[in-house]
Amino acid sequence: MLFASPLTSVMKRNAIVPRPGFVLDVDRSTPPILFHHGEGFRLERLPAGRSRVIYPSEPIEALKNPDAAIRDALINPIGDSEPLTALLKPGMKLTIAFDDISLPLPPMKRPDIRQRVIEAVLDLAAAAGVDDVMLIAALALHRRMTESELRHAVGDRVYDAFAPDGRLINHDAEDPDNLLYIGSTEKGEEVEINKRAADSDLIIYVNINLVSMDGGWKSTATGLASYRSLRHHHNVRTMQHSKSFMDQHKSELHSANWRMGKVLRDSGIKVFQIETTMNNNVFGTEGPMSVLQKREWEWSLKDRVTMAGMKTALDLMPSRTKRSIFQGWQAPHAMTSVQAGEVEAVHKLTTENVYKQHLVQVEGQTDILTMGLPYISPYNVNSILNPILVACLGLGYFFNLYRGKPPVREGGVVIMSHPTPWEFHPVHHPSYIDFFEQVLSVTTDPLRIEAEFEKSFAEDEWYRHLYRTSHAYHGVHPFYMWYWCSHALQHVGEVIIVGGDVRAVRRLGFKPASTLQDALEMASDVVGRDATITHLHNPPILMADVS
Amino acid sequence: MRALRFERNIPRFAAATIASRLGGSGAKVGPLRLRSIDAPKLPGADWVEILPRLSGICGSDLATINAQSTRYFEPIVSFPFVPGHEIVADLREPVGNIPAGRVVVEPVLGCVTRGIAPVCAACERGDLGNCERIAFGALEAGLQTGFCCSTGGGWSTRMVAHVSQLHPVPESWTDEAAVMVEPTACAVHGALIADVAEGDLVVVLGSGTLGLLTIAALRRFGRPCTILAVAKHPHQRELAAEFGADIVVSPNELTRSVRRASNSLALGDGDIIRLTGGADHVIDCVGSQESIAEALGVVRPKGRITLVGMPGHVSVDLTGLWQREITLSGSYAYGTETLPDGSRRRTFDLAFELVEAADLGRLVSAVYPLSSHEQALAHASASGARGAVRIAFDLRDEKERNRA
Repeated sequence: MLFASPLTSVMKRNAIVPRPGFVLDVDRSTPPILFHHGEGFRLERLPAGRSRVIYPSEPIEALKNPDAAIRDALINPIGDSEPLTALLKPGMKLTIAFDDISLPLPPMKRPDIRQRVIEAVLDLAAAAGVDDVMLIAALALHRRMTESELRHAVGDRVYDAFAPDGRLINHDAEDPDNLLYIGSTEKGEEVEINKRAADSDLIIYVNINLVSMDGGWKSTATGLASYRSLRHHHNVRTMQHSKSFMDQHKSELHSANWRMGKVLRDSGIKVFQIETTMNNNVFGTEGPMSVLQKREWEWSLKDRVTMAGMKTALDLMPSRTKRSIFQGWQAPHAMTSVQAGEVEAVHKLTTENVYKQHLVQVEGQTDILTMGLPYISPYNVNSILNPILVACLGLGYFFNLYRGKPPVREGGVVIMSHPTPWEFHPVHHPSYIDFFEQVLSVTTDPLRIEAEFEKSFAEDEWYRHLYRTSHAYHGVHPFYMWYWCSHALQHVGEVIIVGGDVRAVRRLGFKPASTLQDALEMASDVVGRDATITHLHNPPILMADVS
Repeated sequence: MRALRFERNIPRFAAATIASRLGGSGAKVGPLRLRSIDAPKLPGADWVEILPRLSGICGSDLATINAQSTRYFEPIVSFPFVPGHEIVADLREPVGNIPAGRVVVEPVLGCVTRGIAPVCAACERGDLGNCERIAFGALEAGLQTGFCCSTGGGWSTRMVAHVSQLHPVPESWTDEAAVMVEPTACAVHGALIADVAEGDLVVVLGSGTLGLLTIAALRRFGRPCTILAVAKHPHQRELAAEFGADIVVSPNELTRSVRRASNSLALGDGDIIRLTGGADHVIDCVGSQESIAEALGVVRPKGRITLVGMPGHVSVDLTGLWQREITLSGSYAYGTETLPDGSRRRTFDLAFELVEAADLGRLVSAVYPLSSHEQALAHASASGARGAVRIAFDLRDEKERNRA
């Protein structure tokens, strides 16, 4: 059956187990559907009889005692790995690398998963007499984390013990003195990672696996790598051959990282991988934000009033205030699993656990895919979702959240809802400004952009300086964001943004529409008048398993 | 004859100043009036009467009419004068080696036109724009035709010109192409006086007529270089690229674009406070306080700024000019140019060549009769925003002109 009945879902409300994600067939009784719209919301009526909405699963059960689960995972590893207690020895050089500010989304309430895991690891290291310990935020070409961001991730106790004497640092992918070339894959991909990590007797990697692309060898081969190394898989060809990059069996990005991982392993570098998964409890079950996690036909009167009030208030607020409110949100999402040991065995289990939360069975493709883009992506935590990140969030991340085939057919239309302001965070995204002004004004073709512009941005001394000394993303980063869109750009016939800044939307090469109805009318020029529609009701995150 | 005449009239001058400061035009209330006046008399033996066909409206004309030009010009113009120095006209009888037919006027009034012999050092060198006798000799004061009461100007049905000022127009040319020769000569001079070295980064500020022509001149006569043009309006962006700009940016994108193009570092945490390097040359084709400040902001230490657009009173911080040892120079009119290969050629000859090669007649966007001068001047004042480049007066159908 293509669509589940809302009634069936209602009947299950009292069930103990969380309800899985499902597909709703839109009919005349379907209420307006929630579209995230940056720091705001739209309620849109989708055409009855030809539209469907993919809803995410409700938050799956969290671990009752996460600290105990972590300790258990460390001493009962999976795959070809000794327990961590056996790997820790006096006099050894230990590096603990951990995921950076881009995970999880939104940032989670304290204590952060990384803090729990790192404290457990440090307890064991101390007990084993390990003194030489370095903590590294594995940020690849992302911006350096601030003190408060690091404190949030690792906790004050760890920060105060390690940061003051330089034992808690941000990875620097442009520090020639602290990078080590390890070797090349059989395809000629150079592997160069953080020297301190490479020289260590053991790397312990602490991961938060928000989506199925995260983790595995990508943690070390990407998170601790240099531009020299990253460019081999962060490119247009890789993205166009990853269908999708969320599905590791069809992801060239995944394959490249696994080839690099083999080089790391064969060189003698030892990695003890700790991966965690988390549930979909992004907006909580209480408070005004909880309405965002409910299905529209189940909204109570209180929910409807809350939504109306939030919408009205947000519409009246200056964007800076709205941004401050949303960026201040810390999600109550909780850990659902932890697994540790050998990288590939760990990641296999992690992926299964991620899929338990995210996968939703979907039958067939439609002509149009709609999505409401929220205020946050991996690259604008405590920052601005600039137009390039809007494109990447929609066409990179949301579009690729599928397994099998995209929920929209080849040549179809993607309609995204977001204000898309012509606005950038100058400290975090300096090269984005120039990319938007000086590159996208010339061409939006990813291949041409890669060939003509990437090198000069990647090697720009000012961007390098800002990346290394301030809190700027690397000069090449906006290119990667654009490459992330390249599979979608290749697949679909048209991209329309509803409610966006017209000039900014046009600069992206997309078409602006004032309303969803206008957008659907515009889309009919491409896909016909009775086009079928899929709406991704994301966030919370879902991954369409399209048959 | 009918003419638009600029008269010395203090109340009207004040009214024009106020009107233009309020965002309007001085054309309605200012000292420019449409009159029936006597045709100018021939000032000497080598002078002839010519009948303007088209006469362009340039930025310096607009500054004069809007009473925005400085008092600097007072001793080197003579009232009342008929404006118009971009002129294609009819010469009814042959004179000297100039056959009867259409002619373009080279308006600078140097020593030869003034009957001064021996000529001054500048005129001797061929640098007519630098003539040191522009208020002396047989003519009243006036740096150019169009600013001198002895000669008349192009915004009329009749005027006089010295034979040395006349350049025959090829038969195949349109009047629109011919009227573009004078502004093109200004641009050629600006592009060559900047003395751009091979491989330099040259910023051209402004993509109005002068900016576009400067880009075309740099590309045709200058050494190979990277041209970064600043253009406000879509049609200007397209033309700037077509004429040879490698990079075309909006005004608010200038600093970041120059930083990237020059591989400069910058002070500021993502937002740019100041460049540490910058462009080798900036050719300012606007001449405003803002454009000069922008030029100072994007030129590199020991770089050069060339003002091609006419400036006036400006207030700019010159500390950077001092600390970075920047050269600020002017470019006025034309004369004789030294080309990159060392050869010397008359600017007007180069301008004729460029007008033909780049098909510059298409830059004339609209023409108006003298009776519609208010609309013409309003159009010229807002040419960029209205999708136009050059606006000109069309004298060809004026009744007085065609009387015997």
